[in-house]
Amino acid sequence: MNDPRGQRDISFTVNGQTKTVCAYPMERLLDVLRQRLNLTGTKEGCGEGECGACAVLVDGSLVNSCLVPILQAEGSTIVTIEGLAQNTRLSALQQAFLECGGAQCGICTPGMILAAHHLLDQNPKPSAEGIREALAGNLCRCTGYAQICEAVASAANREPQG
Amino acid sequence: MRADPVEYELVAPGTLSNVLSLLSREPRTWLPIAGGTDVMVLYASGKLSQKKLVSLWNLPELRFIDVTDDEIRIGAGCTYTDIRNHQKITREFSLLTTAARWTGSIANQNRGTLGGNIVNSSPAADSLPALLAYEADLILVSVRGERRVPYTTFHTGYKKSVLAPDELIRAICLPRRFTNYVSYSRKVGGRNAQAISKVCLAALGKPDRATMSDIRIAIGSVAPVPLRLRGTENALKGKAIDTEAIATARSTSIAEIQPIDDIRSTAAYRAAVAGNLVVEFLNALRESMTRP
Amino acid sequence: MTTEHIVGASVPRKEGWDKVTGRARYIDDLTLPGMLFGATVRSRIPRGEIKQISFGAGIPWNEFVIVSAKDIPGKNCIALIVEDQPCLADGVINHPEEPILLLAHANPHILPKAVDAVTIECEPLPPLFTIEESERENTIIWGADNTFKRYLVEKGDVDSIWQRADFVVEGEYQTGAQEQLYIENNGVIASFDPNTGLTLWGSLQCPYYVHKALIKLCALPEDKVRVVQTETGGAFGGKEEYPSMIGGHAALLAMKSGRPVKIVYDRMEDMVATTKRHPSRTRHRTAVSRDGKILGGEIEFVVDGGAYTTLSPVVLSRGTIHAAGPYYWPNIRIRAKAVATNAPPHGAFRGFGAPQSLFAMERHMDRIAATVGLSPLEIRKRNFLKTGQTTATDQTINEPINLEKLLDRGLELSEYHAKKTRFRNENQSATRKKGIGIAAFLHGAGFTGSGERYLASVVGVEGIADGRVRVLVSSTEFGQGTKTVLCQIAAETLQLPYEQVEIAQPDTNDVPNSGPTVASRTVMVVGKLVQSAARGIVQTLIAAGLLREKYSSEEFRDACAKYVAQRGQLKSLAEYEAPPNIYWDDEKYRGEAYAAYSWAVYIADVSVDLSTYCVTVDDFVALQEVGKVLHPVLARGQITGGVAQGIGYTLYEKVVWQNGRMQNGQMTNYIMPTSADLPFIRVYFEELGNVHGAFGAKGIGELPMDGPAPAIVNAIEDALGTPFNSIPLLPEDIFQTMEAHTHDSLLSQGIR
Repeated sequence: MNDPRGQRDISFTVNGQTKTVCAYPMERLLDVLRQRLNLTGTKEGCGEGECGACAVLVDGSLVNSCLVPILQAEGSTIVTIEGLAQNTRLSALQQAFLECGGAQCGICTPGMILAAHHLLDQNPKPSAEGIREALAGNLCRCTGYAQICEAVASAANREPQG
Repeated sequence: MRADPVEYELVAPGTLSNVLSLLSREPRTWLPIAGGTDVMVLYASGKLSQKKLVSLWNLPELRFIDVTDDEIRIGAGCTYTDIRNHQKITREFSLLTTAARWTGSIANQNRGTLGGNIVNSSPAADSLPALLAYEADLILVSVRGERRVPYTTFHTGYKKSVLAPDELIRAICLPRRFTNYVSYSRKVGGRNAQAISKVCLAALGKPDRATMSDIRIAIGSVAPVPLRLRGTENALKGKAIDTEAIATARSTSIAEIQPIDDIRSTAAYRAAVAGNLVVEFLNALRESMTRP
Repeated sequence: MTTEHIVGASVPRKEGWDKVTGRARYIDDLTLPGMLFGATVRSRIPRGEIKQISFGAGIPWNEFVIVSAKDIPGKNCIALIVEDQPCLADGVINHPEEPILLLAHANPHILPKAVDAVTIECEPLPPLFTIEESERENTIIWGADNTFKRYLVEKGDVDSIWQRADFVVEGEYQTGAQEQLYIENNGVIASFDPNTGLTLWGSLQCPYYVHKALIKLCALPEDKVRVVQTETGGAFGGKEEYPSMIGGHAALLAMKSGRPVKIVYDRMEDMVATTKRHPSRTRHRTAVSRDGKILGGEIEFVVDGGAYTTLSPVVLSRGTIHAAGPYYWPNIRIRAKAVATNAPPHGAFRGFGAPQSLFAMERHMDRIAATVGLSPLEIRKRNFLKTGQTTATDQTINEPINLEKLLDRGLELSEYHAKKTRFRNENQSATRKKGIGIAAFLHGAGFTGSGERYLASVVGVEGIADGRVRVLVSSTEFGQGTKTVLCQIAAETLQLPYEQVEIAQPDTNDVPNSGPTVASRTVMVVGKLVQSAARGIVQTLIAAGLLREKYSSEEFRDACAKYVAQRGQLKSLAEYEAPPNIYWDDEKYRGEAYAAYSWAVYIADVSVDLSTYCVTVDDFVALQEVGKVLHPVLARGQITGGVAQGIGYTLYEKVVWQNGRMQNGQMTNYIMPTSADLPFIRVYFEELGNVHGAFGAKGIGELPMDGPAPAIVNAIEDALGTPFNSIPLLPEDIFQTMEAHTHDSLLSQGIR
């Protein structure tokens, strides 16, 4: 239903499911995910596109959802952290994060895993430097990044990639 | 999040001509937003005074890369990732792809557009010195048609440009004539990634026996607009790049810029580093000339 | 003695699955029915008297809940050590961003406009912004002399040493403020019901600190205030005392409105309004013999506490005690003070005074070395504390620590000597100068002196109906691994599988007060109490005839289930008992300051690019003796993360102040290192054990914060031959100093 005050129906796919929200076009994708769809796995750390905690995949592309107006996500395919584990089976990345100590306080973890997922999609066997560069848009205050990078390298090694 | 979405309108007319009609019909009313990496930060901080926005995101007429014999035309709606992924641009215009790699983070490169960056006119934008060095042309478009302007004339002052109120940038044209040039670029920021430039240099030199027949030095973050160091270039063209020339180039380049003290850095630091980067460029040129 | 196989292993993090799947719920992920959103109207000036508050046009004020100091049911203060900090300013402003009014509304989007529409008319008073301005006492802004606290440590006879000194070495060292920059901003939700009382959920380190503060603020009895810690996205001390403030605000709004209220800061508000690491100034004056032995010295250590006392006395305390470093001082006088300025109060941040005074000590050791003509290595070896010697506070070092050997191991791991030679050669023609620097230091674990006795921590372990065991502590998880390690300890003690032990979410209704989660005390102190309480469960079951001395995990499970079914509850509490030979004199500041010290040697290898003056840390060795490593992956994670924060403290993180307000309150402009900025940080442990800590553990959480800054700045001086005595040390600072030196040396050569 289109509200004359400015809200309109906007549809897109999230984690394989079609969703329609009646929202203001300038609502941030981040807020639509967290508040309208109750997908609270995606986090807000800075609201300025600096920390990467809000990162999601839109049409296969890693973006900071705090910088995307929902209207621009109309018709797109979105993947959030909730979409990565298949029911209870963790992705290789999630498993590696657990084993290697890649998550401490956990607040950067969803965005970090999405960024790593995006990297491995494009480059299944990245170098150590490639991993550091790919994750440079995701800030972590707890780990100093070492165990995160090791988790990504570990996941890359075990995935046959498919 | 300090803005109220209720107060804002965002429309996505879907085609370039619809967007242009809107801009023409209601001038100075609709703020174009492409990838949003600048506009949305302003919005979230509660400082976006324009309440009506028109989306340019993913318009096919703006997001393309055409290669002809003479030039590569990059649609203004191309993202930095689009640019990084293009083989010919990477091979022939490395200053631009290097700058694309420096811009923000990968997530921001996936959304930020070259056209958006140019129109935003920040003197600290990483790609703009590259465009100055290559002497790109811009194709501007409105309901009144297209016009082609040299990028070197685009910025007229701090955050001011020749763009008419109802005009958009359609494409950035890079002339394919730099195969024999030596490229050098360097960005100095607060950290290695996701940093706003304190100084950003993009330079080209064309060796001709013992001298340079063409030299282009473009620099960002040291003036209200990105600059070509014309005085320094003219002093170097056709001359041997020796120790004396390099020392002179350092002082003339410092004299040509107007860096400021701001929240990120100091004028004195910027000036010194700018001079050092010019010297680095010239040393790289000299070295390339002595190599067989 | 049974072989440990849970403690010492890298078992899965208890809450890890939730964190990697996005299921972990942080405070901003939670909503309550009928919830309102709160916002804070803050001062724009640093100091003054409030003359008038007016509410601008265009805002439907009748829809808002508005709270001022007048609405406070109890005492208008944030109870901590001294009650000088108001919850809401009442007539007087003492720092920018000081909270004055609270607003709540169901629509969070309307709040920023409403906050902007409140005008606070003030008559300004002269403010103070630096340590120097404050100590001049031309203007008094706090107490009688702008001084929150002083300490005096004296040992031996300092005044007698100067005549026999071959060298007197002086130095002044400064450190700037640092923002904790947890990726999750401060946030709370408060809910009030006149019958059941007040409940506060939040991102916090110390539920009982908040509990204590709310009781006083809201004039509620102890059992009518409940504080629950939610999953916390980083804290580092920034959520030690501050949550009492934001919690108090949400509580007041909830009480006045009768609705639940959520307050979550955005990044800018969190940066500009909440606590930071205390800026410091340390002055050293040291008497040294010809052969490089410290005869004695004077240290003046000053921290800037901001506008109110908050935790400054304790930060000052730790900084004072650590000011002498890991060295033997036969004679010493340490004068310390915390002074007031008109900035938002500074507060707890990992390290808590020690990073500041240890920066000075370790820079000063290199200065002493240069003055005396010895290497940085040799000067330290000749002065390291040895077993049997006493510290500056007269504490005898009883454990078999050998700092010379530790240093030698560090030198080997970092290839120090080879690098030093190589750098010296390569630097002659390089545009990137390389240098290598060391820092040797210690960090006391647990509360200072009688602090642990005063805390009187209590820990519970209970058996539950299904035969599992639950640990009950108020110690919080915020990434460092509290839940995991305390469960490991319980499981190991009970000889049960790790999976059979769980830990309660810290809720003051459900868990006893095991003290705050600070001071690197959790594993060492609280962990030891977990051991006692766990043993208590076993003893109870044995005494009830349900369990034998040797049992399997199934037998335990059955016995536990049976006991609970029969008696309703199986719980054992353990209360802290001070070790018998720990003696501390609070007046003279002398005695056993800490039950245990961890010891460390950190070595940094840096490049300085002479074109850009940028510093890169190319290699970093972090070697420490920590008693025992209970969880290798977590322990390494603590050190790596702490070193990263230390690198940020040294080279990247600068708070830009103007009139007492932070100007760069955005992540774009206050920058921390990204993954592209850090080297591979190499972490090594040694284990000497610790009778006072669980399974021999000491504290490690804060230790890694102390070493990076001096090691890096020592390395930069090694690279450039120029001393730097102040951090953060940005390229602009290096440029300016080198320019000044070039200018001076040209001048001295008669060149203008």
